[in-house]
Amino acid sequence: MELIAVNLIDGLVTGLLLFMLSAGLTLIFSMMGVLNFAHASFYMLGAYFAFQISVFLGFWMGLLIAPVIVGVLGALVERYGLRRVHQYGHVPELIFTFGLALLIEELVQFIWGKSAMPYEIPEILQFTAFSIAGNAIPAYKIFMIFTSVAIFLVLLYILTRTRVGLIIQAALSYPKTVEALGHNVPLVFMGVFGVGTALAGVAGVIAGPVLSTFPGMAFVLGSIVFVTIVIGGLGSLGGALVASLIIGWLTTFSKAYNVRMEDILNGIGFTTPDPIWDSAWRDLWTLTSPQIADILPYILMVLILVFRPYGLFGKRQA
Amino acid sequence: MTQTSQISASRQAPGLSLGVVMPWLLSAAALVLLPMVFTANSAITVMNQMAITIIFALAYNMLLGQGGMLSFGHAVYMGVGGFACMHIMNMSDFFAALPLPVLPIFGGLVGMGLAIVVGSFSTRSSGTVFAMISLGVGELIAACSIIIVVFFGGEEGISGDRTYGLPFFGIEFLRQIEVYYLTAFWLMLSALLMFLFSRTPIGRIANAVRDNPERAEFLGYSQRWVRFHSFVASGFFAGVAGALFAINYEILTEENLNLATSGEILLVTFLGGVGFFFGPIIGAIVFTLLRTVLGLETELWALYVGLLFLVTVMYFPGGLAGLLMMHSPAVKMKRLRSLVVPYAKVLVPGAFAIIGAACLIEMVFHLRHAPPGDHQMTLFWISFDSHTILPWTVSAVLLIGGGWLAKRFAPEMANSYHAATSLDGGGA
Repeated sequence: MELIAVNLIDGLVTGLLLFMLSAGLTLIFSMMGVLNFAHASFYMLGAYFAFQISVFLGFWMGLLIAPVIVGVLGALVERYGLRRVHQYGHVPELIFTFGLALLIEELVQFIWGKSAMPYEIPEILQFTAFSIAGNAIPAYKIFMIFTSVAIFLVLLYILTRTRVGLIIQAALSYPKTVEALGHNVPLVFMGVFGVGTALAGVAGVIAGPVLSTFPGMAFVLGSIVFVTIVIGGLGSLGGALVASLIIGWLTTFSKAYNVRMEDILNGIGFTTPDPIWDSAWRDLWTLTSPQIADILPYILMVLILVFRPYGLFGKRQA
Repeated sequence: MTQTSQISASRQAPGLSLGVVMPWLLSAAALVLLPMVFTANSAITVMNQMAITIIFALAYNMLLGQGGMLSFGHAVYMGVGGFACMHIMNMSDFFAALPLPVLPIFGGLVGMGLAIVVGSFSTRSSGTVFAMISLGVGELIAACSIIIVVFFGGEEGISGDRTYGLPFFGIEFLRQIEVYYLTAFWLMLSALLMFLFSRTPIGRIANAVRDNPERAEFLGYSQRWVRFHSFVASGFFAGVAGALFAINYEILTEENLNLATSGEILLVTFLGGVGFFFGPIIGAIVFTLLRTVLGLETELWALYVGLLFLVTVMYFPGGLAGLLMMHSPAVKMKRLRSLVVPYAKVLVPGAFAIIGAACLIEMVFHLRHAPPGDHQMTLFWISFDSHTILPWTVSAVLLIGGGWLAKRFAPEMANSYHAATSLDGGGA
């Protein structure tokens, strides 16, 4: 029982982190119809910028400044890159962001090298918040949960309760009408792209110290983020939240509990082949859940696509 | 993405004309003669690599260029086809009765089988959703390669020996050159088949579905099935490429399946140009040369290729083939000569600017990452101390001066291009 509580917290941390990325991605997708392949690269840039700033000014200034820089970079990419490619159609846009992701990885290697950066948790947060039956919960995890939840409440407030949010929501569904009413829709797009990437930057800043800051971190998380929004339904913010949490808990639990395929198969009534190393099915028999934890999201995605192609909360395509 | 070459070809009378057959005969002759010109073993290795990449890129373009489907996981069809062939090579009894040149058929069939399974649900939609599904499936299979050790051999992959096959008219494929001719044969055959596929009604309808799916549906074609057929055919040729990879390198690993390889083929195809059949061929040749030559010279080759790719996407969405074909009116009107001087005025300073920029990048990289105390570096056959001011000044002058000159002459180049390609000579 105690272990379940610990894993629930761990899964929540992973899920919220995923949601920080997938929220921005979904927002950008529903606005412009373009999937930003480089979204995870902005997450990586967030971590690297925060590391560089923390060397001179400390962690907290990094948390404050790095997302702003990332957001400005994102807005510039939208203004001078994406908007230019937009005229060629959606596929070239996707190819553009893919190329951007490759380039950002190369640039990061160019500037910071190939090895991981010593980006550490700030000292104030290096203590145990509380412990559940001997399992220590570090304060940093609690900090991560609170930061991401706080950011979402603010975002939710802006989107649903303010005039800016109203215009954004209107521009999502009827960009032409909003433009006719005298609003600068391209500027709104640029702003949303900037905020979305800044959100990814925040995720990078707070995930960098725990998940390690290295040039491959974008590709490690990148494809999982795509899987998340496909499972949740492209363009659905609520779906992104549910899918992020599902994936977070799914991977955490399958890593924590060692479920062996052998036990399951024996339970159904198959007998273990002997000797197991000569069997053609040996990989199936020796399968354990921690082994497949990282590919479970992909399996889930394929299943969702086969049985519910528009995702959990996506709208059926006309 | 108009296919002018195809339109002009189809206007000609049915049957074989010299204009249609000529490029094929020429490239076949070139494939036969190339190893006699470049006899070095390393050159033949590069050419083998090139041929395999060409087949794979052409197969990829059946999706991207002809069907409008962007795939981020096409490496798995090549990889799985290659893995299957490697297993056939390791089945000593069966392989001893099988001539090696037949093996790519098996690779193709396995690639096709996988494409049938995946295509059955992934071709339901095109565009972004298709791209995401291809990415997910690609990552899934790539991740499985670590787990399913029986088939994928885990982290060290699986290897085999091509020489155990039934000798083919006495050839045992011990030498690189023999493998080269085998690969070249399959290159010609699959390129021809893929070209003919693009001429069949299904190939034509694939273009229609790419450009306007709704209208194609109103004509009575199911866009899903049209995409499915292109996808399966593409899977077949990707599998052939995988088999040739297995024959050539005799080892396959997880690297042949992952996103990096899938992304690379997208890069190759787009660089070459997706709008023309021969685009991916140019892309594969240029990319392989770039990787071999640049890769030998600098650690940063991927950075340059990435920059080149982004510039292509942003400014030349037709790729290299598109750039070449932009000049076909000038060639037809015999005005190419009038372009030489204005082009040189822009391209020569432009090249100097690029060299200057590359020098700056390399020096910054050296400054940041060279071991402390190591001040010597060599660029373009010149050794110098990267901590002195002179090389930085020279590079900056090259960059700024070249860039300024190129920018200054650019309007002139654009004018002469329009004059050379428009019927009334620019109307000026």
